[in-house]
Amino acid sequence: MSTEFAGSQYVIEIIYLIASALFILSLKWMSSPATARHGILAGEIGMVLAIGGTLLRHGIVDWKWIIIALVLGSGIGIPLGMVQMTAVPQRTALSHAFGALCVTLVGTAEFYLRSPDVPKFMMSVLSMEVILGGLTFTGSLMAAGKLQEVLPQRPITYKGQNLVNLLLFSGAVASAVYLVLHPGTKELFPVIVGISLVIGVLLVIPIGGADMPTVISLLNSYAGLSAAAMGFVLNSKLLIIAGALDGSSGFILSVIMSKAMNRSFTNVLFGAFGQVQASAAGAQEAKPVRSATPEEAAAILAAANKVVIVPGYGMAVAQAQHKVRELYDMLTKKGVEVRFAIHPVAGRMPGHMNVLLAEADIPYDRLIEMEEINGDFPQTDVALIIGANDVTNPAARTDQSSPIFGMPILDVDKAHTVMVIKRGMSPGFAGIDNPLYYLDRTLMLFGDAKQFVGGIVRELGGGH
Amino acid sequence: MPSNLIDALFVFMLAAFIGFEVIRHVSPLLHTPLMSLTNALDAIAVVGAIVLVGEKKSTFATVLGVIAIVAATSNVVGGFIITDRMLRMFKTSRPSKS
Repeated sequence: MSTEFAGSQYVIEIIYLIASALFILSLKWMSSPATARHGILAGEIGMVLAIGGTLLRHGIVDWKWIIIALVLGSGIGIPLGMVQMTAVPQRTALSHAFGALCVTLVGTAEFYLRSPDVPKFMMSVLSMEVILGGLTFTGSLMAAGKLQEVLPQRPITYKGQNLVNLLLFSGAVASAVYLVLHPGTKELFPVIVGISLVIGVLLVIPIGGADMPTVISLLNSYAGLSAAAMGFVLNSKLLIIAGALDGSSGFILSVIMSKAMNRSFTNVLFGAFGQVQASAAGAQEAKPVRSATPEEAAAILAAANKVVIVPGYGMAVAQAQHKVRELYDMLTKKGVEVRFAIHPVAGRMPGHMNVLLAEADIPYDRLIEMEEINGDFPQTDVALIIGANDVTNPAARTDQSSPIFGMPILDVDKAHTVMVIKRGMSPGFAGIDNPLYYLDRTLMLFGDAKQFVGGIVRELGGGH
Repeated sequence: MPSNLIDALFVFMLAAFIGFEVIRHVSPLLHTPLMSLTNALDAIAVVGAIVLVGEKKSTFATVLGVIAIVAATSNVVGGFIITDRMLRMFKTSRPSKS
């Protein structure tokens, strides 16, 4: 290698170093909404530097396809960046799939370029790269399909599911080990990739919508780890750093989500929550509930001093966030203190509710986390639940036989009056009956969330 | 080669710890944009695909590399756009009311 080449190599490495620092700063600035937009700028500069630096590499001889692919990718990326806020969970799942696809394809190409001269450690990380990448690719596609409702959202389960997954995973690992010892066995490589793709499908199929926040976080973590593995293969520290950051971010989010559901990782992945549905539905009988009209609900809200609104996935489905904002404005104008209680797993991905409410222009200092607001419910006049169910279920505190027993919930049942906007009496996503609905202080507001909130807003505007 | 790998392991370990510390302090308010941002940053894998295509070692590698660049670039572009759109929406209460 001539000194000239070595020189440009140093320049590129320095550029990568700067890009890595910018990536870390980018995440650091995400700690508060005030600085978060600097974070994006830092990330963008880092990305442009890294791609630009890579194009300087002397080994690059073919530009045409790089440019075509970059343009094509940007063309796909722009509409993916412009989706509706309610579609953010499926977009996120889809982008995990794309990231994993990139890693898997590069890993596959690298294997065939290097085989049979692949050192043992290299082959190990290469296997890890394609196993994690492959299962993240199909798993994320399944998750996106479920969130977009092109696939059934209910968990799909069958007997011996965990055993099948375990056998497949062992098969992939065993093939990888054999390949590490005999790197010339090219035929085994497609087997590893194929098994990983199948595992991804089987892993996500039995997972219900309520578990999506955990699963998306976990897939995020896998996507990061596979990219880090790719960094080891290509000996790129920049990639290792970016992958490690993404991996630890996904991991932290998965831990937060699991904790918020009082469940372990393994339970989420192997538990298939929806199975409890049959027993819960059987125990259900026609217990009396009290219902109310928009007029009555409006009168109660107008007379309140403190109102806490609890949004859930149902608000997202009904696209009710803008009507909720009108309600917030109306009540605030009347001197009612309105706050929003955000459960960590409300919605379909971490932070889902915050984004929807922010989209509707509700100031973020009105969005209160669970631990912070739970103590305030006894002094709350009205808790208004819009499309949330399991996260408000008091059975999680009291009923040891409940499948969600032990899950931290919003203590809405301690408010003076509880109002629940709900389409009907059917149990929530996890199929668990909610005793909250049968309390004396609870009023059921039956109807579509958007229309019902709209009705309340009209009544309030009608001169109470 | 082995010393390279040891270096790489050190880098990974340190970056993972930095990741934990930095991300632990991210407000739960911003968990969704955090995920779309890390997604965009993770798509730095595009550099590996660019090298693969640019070095033109085999048709097979070029084809896989081109698809990989397309997938990763769409994450870079889409990830930054949507993160920015989300963060622009987060506003605090107007100062007029206390």
